[in-house]
Amino acid sequence: MIELLTSLLAITLRSGTSLIYATIGEIYTERSGVLNLGIEGMMLMSAVTSFAVVYHTGSLLLAILTAMAVGGLLASVHAFLSITMRANQVVSGLSITLFGAGMASFLGQRLGPETNSGYLVGLVGAKFEPLNIPVLSRIPVVGALFNQDILTYIVYLVLPLAWYYLYKTRNGLNLRAVGENPQTADAMGINVGKVRYIYTIIGGMLVGIGGAHLSLSYAPGWTENITGGRGWIVIALVIFSMWNPARAIWGALLFGGINAVQFRLQASGTNIPASYLNMLPYLATVVVLVMLTWWEALSKRVGAPSSLAKSYMREDK
Amino acid sequence: MKKSGRITALAVIVFLALGFFAIQGLAPSTVAAKEPAKIAFIYVGPIGDLGWSWEHDRGRKMLEEKFGDKIKTTYIESVPEGPDAARVIRQYAMQGYKAVFATSFGYMDPMVEVARDFPKVYFEHCSGYKTAPNMSTYFGRMYQPRYLSGIVAGKMTKTNIIGYAAAFPIPEVIRGINAFTLGAQSVNPKVQVRVVWTNTWFDPVKEREAAVALLDAGADIIAQHQDTTEPQKAAQERGLMSIGYDSDMRGFVGDSVLVSPIWNWGAYYVDTVNAMLQGTWKTHQYWGGLKEGIVQLSAFSPKVPKDVQNMVMAKQKEILSGSWDVFHGPIVDQKGKQMVPAGGKMSDKDMLNMSFFVKGVVGKAGQ
Repeated sequence: MIELLTSLLAITLRSGTSLIYATIGEIYTERSGVLNLGIEGMMLMSAVTSFAVVYHTGSLLLAILTAMAVGGLLASVHAFLSITMRANQVVSGLSITLFGAGMASFLGQRLGPETNSGYLVGLVGAKFEPLNIPVLSRIPVVGALFNQDILTYIVYLVLPLAWYYLYKTRNGLNLRAVGENPQTADAMGINVGKVRYIYTIIGGMLVGIGGAHLSLSYAPGWTENITGGRGWIVIALVIFSMWNPARAIWGALLFGGINAVQFRLQASGTNIPASYLNMLPYLATVVVLVMLTWWEALSKRVGAPSSLAKSYMREDK
Repeated sequence: MKKSGRITALAVIVFLALGFFAIQGLAPSTVAAKEPAKIAFIYVGPIGDLGWSWEHDRGRKMLEEKFGDKIKTTYIESVPEGPDAARVIRQYAMQGYKAVFATSFGYMDPMVEVARDFPKVYFEHCSGYKTAPNMSTYFGRMYQPRYLSGIVAGKMTKTNIIGYAAAFPIPEVIRGINAFTLGAQSVNPKVQVRVVWTNTWFDPVKEREAAVALLDAGADIIAQHQDTTEPQKAAQERGLMSIGYDSDMRGFVGDSVLVSPIWNWGAYYVDTVNAMLQGTWKTHQYWGGLKEGIVQLSAFSPKVPKDVQNMVMAKQKEILSGSWDVFHGPIVDQKGKQMVPAGGKMSDKDMLNMSFFVKGVVGKAGQ
């Protein structure tokens, strides 16, 4: 039983890491009032480029930097369209997802070595290996926390930092102000456009790490459509966390955890039909979303940033 | 407000333009009207999946090699099943293609619909059951090599638990699991095949998680019916072995893939295209097996002992000779109920509608 729990927690964390990075990234973007639906495409692009870099150079650090650059670059396209051009953010985000998915698949057939006729699929490159932390990793169950790869350890740091920055610093306050009420923020002397640009791009970089975690650690190598729709799950997880980075971990763990549990239930030969078990992660996400929204409404707490997905111009009323 | 409306409109135009270019990019290039015969392939996944679509594309390349400049082939990847497929098939038919191959079950109804409007075009649909005077179906008896791979797994498991990551509870997949289990049980009656359904054909991360769950449940060999190599990789990372599928996955993963039941669509494609070129093509329902070469067992990994290899080859000979097939009795279901009596054999129709698990499988066959 203990062994099962440990292994469950371990796999949940491993599968949750990429979701947590991307969720925090999107929370920051949305907090500034920009809705970026391009996550799926950005994750795919970062996954393919970071794997290509690690394959050709062997440097994991370079690969992660590439992923961040690619994520940031695509996010800046979205920022340009939605902040400067004031385009519809849903349309811009969706086109980034479509572009990213197609481009990633294209690159996957071009960035590989000559010997593999340019294909990246089926190749093996360097990857993030789990690092055992002595002593701690031997504690039953909780030990699973300390038998992860470095990106997961970093996420333990990023989570509280992201929370602290958003709620306890002046910059975080400015960010929230821009997302809630850009007119007031502007009147206070905050450069709304600049703030939105910065956090959209930072958000994109974090999404990029999320994508890279898939191709460099969780499912090492490049496979087409490696994300399998996780970019969309992230959008739900942002709502699930009520735009609070500290809560991003629960959403990611719940989604990843239920998935892990349902497969284990099946493997143990349960009588519950598999189609119900397969539904569970999505069902749980919906149920918790509904419950949270209901609870937040009751306690009159603010959920989404009030000016989410609304472009801002000074002359507008 | 007015301005933002205009910008929205601009964004929509850009978006549509992007979509238009994407479609332009995907559409087959228009070739000069005079010969060679143009043949189109429609794939449900990317050819980079190293599995299902990859193998169909290998078949397409075989055609090009065989017929040279007599034909010209083209393909389109990742076409969603349903109405989109009808549009794509129709487009090819309108552009003067001589034949269209649609390589996924969900293309069946769209193809029937288009076939009605283009009586001069040959339509070939993989894995379905509907035909028309100008539309055939084709598929392979994958259960035969799966049975053979089951023998390898049954012989080589130490825990007597084999994990099977499976896509959807449909007859094709159930038939494969049963054949595999019968093979394993024929050499090791203690063996259990545990099934986990992912309800996806192609989700690398999910398929890996399914395999990991099976490994945690004590499986020491992973078999699969999915379109990625992730379950194989998951087993390899634990130092355990696996059975491949679709393509010879040993080439992509390593020697931990003991053997793979594989598709060899080219064997069929060459025959049927030849018939088209000769003008002898007639509508048909093709279900070839090891004998026809459309399905095969890949070469063995060096990890498979010689005596096991010989045992498998002997069984393969028996199937090839036609004297015996996988679903010959006695066959007993999970609860011990007799499904095929000793000496009896299952009809093709029953095989194509199979919805029960045989003895030795742990898991639920849908409902």
